[in-house]
Amino acid sequence: MNKHVSPQMNRRAFVIGTAAVGAGLALGLDIPFGGPTAVRAADGSPEVNAWVVIRPDDTVVIRIARSEMGQGTLTGLAQLVAEELECDWSKVTTEFPSPGQNVARKRVWGDFSTGGSRGIRTSQDYVRKGGATARVMLIQAAADEWKVPASECSAANSVITHTPSGKTTTYGKVAEAAAKLTPPADVKLKDPKDWKIAGKGLKRLDTPDKVTGTTVYGIDVKLPGMLNAAIKDCPVTGGKLKSYDETKIVGMKGVKKVVKVGDTAVAVVADTFWHAKTALDAMPIVWDEGPNAKVSSASIAQWLSEGLEGGPAYVGNSNGDVTTALAGAAKKVEAVYSYPYQNHATLEPMNATALYTADKCEVWCGTQNGEAAFAATLEASELSADKCDVHKLMLGGGFGRRGQTDYVRQAVLIAKQMPGTPIKLLWTREEDMTHGRYHPVTQCKMTAGFDADNNLIAWHMRISGQSIQFTLRPEGLQNGMDPSTFQGLAPKGDAAFGYSVPNLMIDHSMRNPHIIPGFWRGVNVNHNALYVECFVDEMALAVKQDPLEFRRKLMKDHPKNLAVLEAVADKIGWGKPAPQGVYRGLAHYNGFGSYVAAAAEVSVTDGSRIKVHRIVAATDPGYAVNPAQIERQVSGSFVYGLTGLFYGGCTVKDGRIEQTNFDTYNSMRINEMPKVESIVMPSGGFWGGVGEPTICVAGPAVLNAYFAATGKRIRSVPLRDQNITFA
Amino acid sequence: MANLTINGKALNLDVEPDTPLLWAIRENAGLTGTKYGCGIAQCGACTVHIDGVATRSCGVTVSEADGKQITTIEGLAANGVLHKVQQAWIENDVPQCGYCQSGMIMAVAALLKEKPKPTDQDIDDAITNICRCGTFQQVREAIHAITNA
Repeated sequence: MNKHVSPQMNRRAFVIGTAAVGAGLALGLDIPFGGPTAVRAADGSPEVNAWVVIRPDDTVVIRIARSEMGQGTLTGLAQLVAEELECDWSKVTTEFPSPGQNVARKRVWGDFSTGGSRGIRTSQDYVRKGGATARVMLIQAAADEWKVPASECSAANSVITHTPSGKTTTYGKVAEAAAKLTPPADVKLKDPKDWKIAGKGLKRLDTPDKVTGTTVYGIDVKLPGMLNAAIKDCPVTGGKLKSYDETKIVGMKGVKKVVKVGDTAVAVVADTFWHAKTALDAMPIVWDEGPNAKVSSASIAQWLSEGLEGGPAYVGNSNGDVTTALAGAAKKVEAVYSYPYQNHATLEPMNATALYTADKCEVWCGTQNGEAAFAATLEASELSADKCDVHKLMLGGGFGRRGQTDYVRQAVLIAKQMPGTPIKLLWTREEDMTHGRYHPVTQCKMTAGFDADNNLIAWHMRISGQSIQFTLRPEGLQNGMDPSTFQGLAPKGDAAFGYSVPNLMIDHSMRNPHIIPGFWRGVNVNHNALYVECFVDEMALAVKQDPLEFRRKLMKDHPKNLAVLEAVADKIGWGKPAPQGVYRGLAHYNGFGSYVAAAAEVSVTDGSRIKVHRIVAATDPGYAVNPAQIERQVSGSFVYGLTGLFYGGCTVKDGRIEQTNFDTYNSMRINEMPKVESIVMPSGGFWGGVGEPTICVAGPAVLNAYFAATGKRIRSVPLRDQNITFA
Repeated sequence: MANLTINGKALNLDVEPDTPLLWAIRENAGLTGTKYGCGIAQCGACTVHIDGVATRSCGVTVSEADGKQITTIEGLAANGVLHKVQQAWIENDVPQCGYCQSGMIMAVAALLKEKPKPTDQDIDDAITNICRCGTFQQVREAIHAITNA
């Protein structure tokens, strides 16, 4: 089926990207901490090491390699560095090093990529070492000045004390000398139980500017002589730009130039964005819609449904012999579920500003992956790494969308046609809605078998549908299989299946429609958790068991999953009477290294209007770097997750996405927000992520409660398609 | 040309009368705290006060705003002192990405002017801004923190 061949357009960008940042510079393995000559920050202050700059006035500048898109990583990472540095938290400020600097300094800051809820969990080790190393050097510098052994000195709150004499000095006074010392070969990190700054619910560092309108997002960039661009890319992926008639907009106010952008898009450049957009809307454009112009949601659904039975499939998790066990089962339960495309819909639409000259290309943008944006800049500008840089700005939402670099490439391609003039490219909401990187579409058929004593003996879960990695990260495939498809279903790892079943088969019939998929906050656990956790309730019902008791029996070997599940069950009052007319549902999951669970209380009017009164949510992230921010991520996750459940779903007609703005792709408002009671229960010994895992339990907890209220089992998303909405 | 009074300052801007106020504020007046989110008055990111009333500036033309008092997020603080909503947003650590918060704060400030002690129902009725990060719980808590102070 030619129409379903997936585009490979991003592969080349990745290959070039890998080369650009230097093959073999493995994450976190080679991190030099300064050297004999002090490296200086932009303002001339000495770097104690790459992570820590201390100004003479004792201000501590902590470098943050990961991006801040609302998830709080900026503050959490700063807390980890500050904890080991023993600095005065009130004097901490932060800055983002640029990807170009990272390349020039042999990737001293490691990975910039901010996705997969990895911001803290995969850099906590080396950023803490960065803080500890700087502390040791600062103490050594003071000891050298006093001519005393460093072992007689200690540091707290940016003050170094020589204990025997009582002499003190500050970090600001010794930073210059510390920066010239050879860093210690090894440092000992604190036991998290001794944390004073990390582990505390400190306020975010980025809030004051966000309440006065002074935070600069990508959309707010202003450069001297800057012009603005509006763009239209072919509405059907796989199609091309055929022609456009710029004579129709000649003379329109502010218009400077019309430019072709690659093979698929056209942009109008004008003095203001409003002029650019107005002219672009007035310009006739003809598209060659290509081979996908007839694809619809119905044709995709039909193709996926054919993958639910038989045929070749990648096996992600199996044990025992499911076929034989199902054949001999005394009782069987079977159900088919589906999950749609979803748009990230960051409130700040995609944008990037580029300035191209013959020997330099600079980009200013919000990005979740500075190094990928850098690679896209190199590729589009055709300049070498030493001539390019990307300046990272705050993101008006990311949710996985800004890990892609299509908008960066477009901005550079436009700027390249107007050398010397900075160009800000901004997508309209309509362009953003119809050119997303959508949550992949899947269907799932599950069959369970029970013995005569109502014990679950076999479970087959067949997923049919789209692989994200096939299109976006083909190098991540393993013999054709996309392992991330089995997120939360895997036999082990940081997203493992939470049940033990004697005969189990979880497999995937990969079918890749032309709609480009993406990493939508929560990624594959969103549909996997919904399928598993709703179907577990169906199984419990089939054998007339309480959903919690039924789960417990299957979770003996999964104590961390069980702990979060029991925490929410206990707090919501599971097993005790609910308020009149209120019904409860449960769900739990393991994703991004963390264990999460939710219990929902809902009431339903006329079978179609759901009021979500209360959510209890538990998270075990191993270590909680900032419990207050974890609570905010958790309560926010119910907005993202329940919006997806109730209002989400992008449909395809004539090869293109139909939803164009928030009037057709709605987002939850405050009146629909349930009260979320958060339980943060770090059990230690591992590092889990926080930004994403909870989203996936929002849907099944509410759907299970809806079933309890109505006896009606919902197996597809969104609810708006079934005329069910918020009360 | 248009004559607009923004944050108490009279501005003569080179802009066509049918230009949405949002873009005149952002591009002609250069005040970028007011955000573009949808352009169809759905999301509320562009909320400003026009003669004290919370208004989605993408849905109002420059000519309609002529002669009226426009207040943007940059003009909410008075004499260098943050508005009580801005202060409460800091104390309750409300923003996540923060992109919607200019509009959210302007909407809440207008609500509190009209109803100094809003009930949950009042909040539900008046605050219809989209926040994709999902800060609604903290928004509600911060409003109650102001009114209970």
